[in-house]
Amino acid sequence: MGKAVKKYFALFVLPTLIAFVIAFAVPFLMGVYLSFTEFRTVSDAQFVGFANYIKAFSENNEFLFSLWFTVKFAVVSVFSINVLAFALALMLTRGIKGTNLFRTVFFMPNLIGGIVLGYIWQLIINGVLYKYGYSITSNPTFGFWGLVILMNWQMIGYMMIIYIAGIQNISTDILEAAKVDGANSFTTLFRIIIPSVMPSVTICLFLTITNSFKMFDPNLALTAGAPSKQTQMVALDIYNTFYSRSGYEGVGQAKAVMFFLVVAVIALLQLWFTRRKEVES
Amino acid sequence: MEHSKTANRIMFALLVFAAAVFLFPIFVVLMNSFKNKFSISQTPFVLPNGDTFAGITNYTTGVADTGFFSAFGWSLFITVFSVLAIVVFTSMTAWYIVRVKSVFTSIFYYALVFSMIVPFQMVMFTMSKTANTLGLDNPIGIILIYLGFGAGLSTFMFTGFIKSVPVQIEEAATIDGCNPAQTYWRIVFPILKPTAITVAILNTMWIWNDYLLPYLVIGHDYKTIPIAVQYLKGGYGSVDMGAMMAMLVLAIIPVVIFYLSCQKYIIKGVASGAVKG
Repeated sequence: MGKAVKKYFALFVLPTLIAFVIAFAVPFLMGVYLSFTEFRTVSDAQFVGFANYIKAFSENNEFLFSLWFTVKFAVVSVFSINVLAFALALMLTRGIKGTNLFRTVFFMPNLIGGIVLGYIWQLIINGVLYKYGYSITSNPTFGFWGLVILMNWQMIGYMMIIYIAGIQNISTDILEAAKVDGANSFTTLFRIIIPSVMPSVTICLFLTITNSFKMFDPNLALTAGAPSKQTQMVALDIYNTFYSRSGYEGVGQAKAVMFFLVVAVIALLQLWFTRRKEVES
Repeated sequence: MEHSKTANRIMFALLVFAAAVFLFPIFVVLMNSFKNKFSISQTPFVLPNGDTFAGITNYTTGVADTGFFSAFGWSLFITVFSVLAIVVFTSMTAWYIVRVKSVFTSIFYYALVFSMIVPFQMVMFTMSKTANTLGLDNPIGIILIYLGFGAGLSTFMFTGFIKSVPVQIEEAATIDGCNPAQTYWRIVFPILKPTAITVAILNTMWIWNDYLLPYLVIGHDYKTIPIAVQYLKGGYGSVDMGAMMAMLVLAIIPVVIFYLSCQKYIIKGVASGAVKG
């Protein structure tokens, strides 16, 4: 088969290859290079070694602050999203009437775009806080929890779908056997259901962690980093370094490279965990 | 499995409560879109009454201020053609990669997989500059950008499926006189249909809602829906909350229609896409 297909390279591969080179490969390599230069328009790049990387940490603590904010946000959201999504999945796999309708409702927010989500929650949260004389931007704690609630609303339905698929894969024989052996619901949950859905747990943890780290649109719409950049996550910090401070493009690119490395390490850890789990089973 | 009736009743009540919590924000936005703009921020949870009811004026001002219908048109155009390009070209590339084993195809495959883990911020500046230099900063050019940026996940998902397609069927087609292009479109692609639907759904959800990429690449001259919504916030004046509510409702309606009409595929696609991704 291979030989005949090989002649069709131009038709089968070239369009994707050209698009990939233009949209990803060239910009990626340029990005790595530019992080070691000072530039405003790319063509005027001057090599400066690690100066941008040093500046990213030394000039002010915005980058580290936003990174720490992102980590805190990720920890809280990943925990709450997965616990709630798993609880909903358990309830929706018991044959309760209306299951399909509930599933439809819980998943829906996942299809709404980040910018729209941000403004929806800005209205709700400001409406509640107004009664106490505050708004979402008056205290970074409000912004933090606003982002957490928003992220939960968006992601719970998605993770729930994955958990439902995992739970439905458990063979009924095992569950029946457990029942015959007199296992109560708690034992069944912790000894059978949770161990059986571990692959789904890994996927969901990975998806929620990476999505929390990469969050941008809802952050821009909900708080835009206010007050004074204290609710600014890494992606937004990189964006602002690039586009709202002339002369800091190199620093922005250096931050972007470090951000990429953080996300890549998380992805590799995930791959390693999944592989290890697959070997075990 | 039999469960006790009381437990199920309690759970049903919990689910109804959770569903109400999930729907509440959308209901509040919908309700406020019919109130005049001064009665929204401070009392968002109050139903419109004789004094605050604004009819459809929020919709008319919102549509006029943002050029909503043209934004809807561009969103639709860019999403439909980018998704088509992604499904057609990446599935063909995936087949080539699986059937032609060479150093080049394996390098290309790993480069594509690698691109999946790179966050957008890493390439946003250089990519929008490149698009600008090459004259791709228009609604047609951006399709090429989406193809390149979406190629990673989509090719990865197609190759995963094609590996399980037996090569004998294709060989039989070749013996019957099909060239590879015919073999692909008549024999292979129909088998790939379930994966193609998954890929199409995942990419539709991504491209339709994408804000930053189109904003950086074509945002100067063209607005998609997310750009139009964010545009209301821009500038220095205070936001017209009425127009904002109306725009949020108009942005949600197409998504809800899409969701309710292809729900089965979306939920299946999301579940299988996650397992493979």
